[in-house]
Amino acid sequence: MTLLHAKNLTAHFLTEEGVVKAINKLDLEIREGETLGLIGETGCGKTVLGLSIMRLLPRNVKIEGGILYGGNDLLKLSEETMRGIRGKEIALIPQNPSTSLNPVLKVGGQISEVIELHQGLKRGKAWQKAIELLKSYGLNPSAKGITQYPHQLSRGMKQRVLIAMGIACNPSLIIADEPTKGLDAIVRTQVVESLRELSSEKRAMLLITHDLEVAFALCDRIAVMYAGGIIELAPTASIFNSPGHPYTRGLLNSLPSRELKPIPGFSPSLIDLPQGCKFHPRCGHCIEICRQNYPEMIETEKDHYVRCFLYDKS
Amino acid sequence: MAMVGIAVIFLFILMAIFAPFIAPHDPLEQNIVERLSSPSTEYPFGTDDLGRCVLSRVIYGARISLLIAIAIVGITTAVGTVLGLISGYYGGIIDEVIMRAVDVNIAFPGLVLAIVLASILGPGFLSLVIALSVVGWIGYARVIRGSVLSVKEKEFVEAAKALGVGDWRIMFQHILPNVIAPVMVLAMLTMGFTILIVSGFSFLGLGAQPPTPEWGYMLNEGRSFMRTAPHLMIFPGLAIIMTVLGFNLLGDALRDTMDPRLKRVKIE
Amino acid sequence: MARYILKRILIMLVVLFVVSVVTFSLIHLAPGDPATLLAMARYGVEVTPEQIEWVGREMGFDAPIHAQYFIWLGHVFHGDLGASLRTDQPVLSEIWLRLPATLELVFAAMIIGLIVAIPLGVISATRQHSIIDNATMIGALIGVSMPGFWLALLLILVFSVHLGWLPVCGRGGVEHLILPAITLGVSTAAINMRVMRSSMLEVLRQDYILTARAKGLSQRVITYRHALRNALIPVVTLTGIQFGITIGMAVIIETIFAWEGIGKLLVDSIYARDFTMIQGCVLCISALVVLSNLLVDILYAYLDPQIRYENV
Repeated sequence: MTLLHAKNLTAHFLTEEGVVKAINKLDLEIREGETLGLIGETGCGKTVLGLSIMRLLPRNVKIEGGILYGGNDLLKLSEETMRGIRGKEIALIPQNPSTSLNPVLKVGGQISEVIELHQGLKRGKAWQKAIELLKSYGLNPSAKGITQYPHQLSRGMKQRVLIAMGIACNPSLIIADEPTKGLDAIVRTQVVESLRELSSEKRAMLLITHDLEVAFALCDRIAVMYAGGIIELAPTASIFNSPGHPYTRGLLNSLPSRELKPIPGFSPSLIDLPQGCKFHPRCGHCIEICRQNYPEMIETEKDHYVRCFLYDKS
Repeated sequence: MAMVGIAVIFLFILMAIFAPFIAPHDPLEQNIVERLSSPSTEYPFGTDDLGRCVLSRVIYGARISLLIAIAIVGITTAVGTVLGLISGYYGGIIDEVIMRAVDVNIAFPGLVLAIVLASILGPGFLSLVIALSVVGWIGYARVIRGSVLSVKEKEFVEAAKALGVGDWRIMFQHILPNVIAPVMVLAMLTMGFTILIVSGFSFLGLGAQPPTPEWGYMLNEGRSFMRTAPHLMIFPGLAIIMTVLGFNLLGDALRDTMDPRLKRVKIE
Repeated sequence: MARYILKRILIMLVVLFVVSVVTFSLIHLAPGDPATLLAMARYGVEVTPEQIEWVGREMGFDAPIHAQYFIWLGHVFHGDLGASLRTDQPVLSEIWLRLPATLELVFAAMIIGLIVAIPLGVISATRQHSIIDNATMIGALIGVSMPGFWLALLLILVFSVHLGWLPVCGRGGVEHLILPAITLGVSTAAINMRVMRSSMLEVLRQDYILTARAKGLSQRVITYRHALRNALIPVVTLTGIQFGITIGMAVIIETIFAWEGIGKLLVDSIYARDFTMIQGCVLCISALVVLSNLLVDILYAYLDPQIRYENV
């Protein structure tokens, strides 16, 4: 069952340097209850996709296409309606725990306010719920003067606060943006555990990450993103065992656990995107048609889609 | 916006330089018969209580205000920059001492001190310049020091040191060009503030002496004739406002351009 | 927080020390010999050498300078700031009489400066580039470029002379306070407005604001609960510095409005070359500024949790 469907989504930013084409005719479905990983290099537009779903993009962006959810197109809803959805049905676990928490507000308060807002609880009750939530994540909010303000917490703790904030109102979709970025190995494992507990309930998660191993550990399906579009989409095992797209293969080969072989070339500038298949300048299997046309998604195995002319039988 | 600022300042600078050619009358020439007359074709800004042409005095006043402001800003910038360079570069005790001086100076009622200093040293522009310079070098020192601290660690400084380049050369030839930018902005903004303060002092009788046509002083003169001849007050005041406005506009525009936080959006 | 406040107090003590040294040396900085100056002030211009010598001995000018300083300091701690050369009244009591007037004026001005500036600054930032924003910023720019005393004169001209609504000068009821307070408050307000706006804009760009929006909070809640407290911090810091500047400007404003405060006293003393009074005024005004700075520092420590609850 499809929970959310981004259809033909395009998001272009109008900046002084030019038009940044962050998302280009993107198509993606998130199914109910699944954990979908969104992987790709830094700068490929992953976060923009997450923000587009929540309609949290800045004013200088031009959006086209549709994001279908619960019978509505999120892009066409009023701001007021969107506010009712944000935090309640679709929640964000933002990047950068150090800067994503308000330094002058107590951590408990930052969680309780979203409970108050969406669940209509009064201040006292909301606080209690928030504190329980924090405790379940191993944080002790009632110790005097400690763990009350963000700067008193470690990075890992802050990340867990953000997770708690995200699930506080039991949303049906969580967008986790790079939840393990910059964390050391031990803390990363803890965070991955916390996230794993989330996904075992009836809740969908879009896990945005560039860490393939985390994606492998948590996700049911993985979508590989490149230069604003999805180029491969498949169940996790399938991606890792039989990657279709040359880029995906390159990504896997660059892992330390594999060959540690980098992909030649650099990721394209989003202002100056190449014609045809966006990966063709770096692709070892590039053929003539790749330079001109943009490939469609082709089902190579069961539920495994690759956007590449190599698999186009026609 | 910066354009407007530059235009205004340019106008006043021209006025100051070409004063003898633009002014319709000698600013010091008295004409008792015509005293306190309202604006007319002969005296576009009217005359003051000694029959002097207000327009001419305003024009010549530009010279004085600009010169003094440049002097003060020049001195404070120079002193502040040097001290900031030394403080940032050498660190250690020198840095501590200079920074304590800065701390102390901030909490200090500098304006009051300047007033008293100027009064003690006797009336006249020199004491004004001295008083305000003593109080004013702080801001520059702080800004420069901050920049120096960050530039100090960069490779080209290390390279220069490795080559045996002397400390002073490093400071002035290598580091200085990289840290000068925010100081320029500060200097521009302070020009405006300085002109205001200088005219304030003259208003109190602590700067310009008669018969010098300084704007603040003219305001003081005009004060007694507020009811009968308001133009004495209005025109010098407008001159001050416009000049200061020009500098502020320019300073603001400069500061916005140098804002390191670009308007670009983070794309991940 | 304790450590922070302790440091501020330490600085304050150092400042007070420097102030006392400077104040003390004022009379020695003046051109001419201090004994002569004091004698002339007391006996008139035609002083005899005997009178000068008498004054010199009386004031202890024959002692080495550092000894003089400590003697003077001792006097100060006993509340003896000497006697006015003009009226022969004790300096401290003259100042004490006038202190409330200055405090009244300065407080009124700073309150006006904040009450006007903060809401306008916030609105300008949240409705950037709107008409309100542009109008406010232009107003602030003009406010910053305007000499305070000119505004004072202009306001007097309009409201007292022509319209006769408000009295020209002197101290009395509220109607006497309005014009001087507004004059003093305008430039403070102008500066605060600009800082409030840019601070707010800066805060609104932060990641935690995005987090707040992602939670579905309304713009109003975001502005007032999340953004404002962060944005106010630089403004509070600024207020401390502004106290010093405002008191400095009060000197001029009090003179214009014949407001019997310390500022006017200082200016009158300067004209009269009343050195002991000048010393006393500078000392008291400086103490006032330093104290208010300390209070502001404490307030700032309270507002910023990163200082209030130091890192574990």
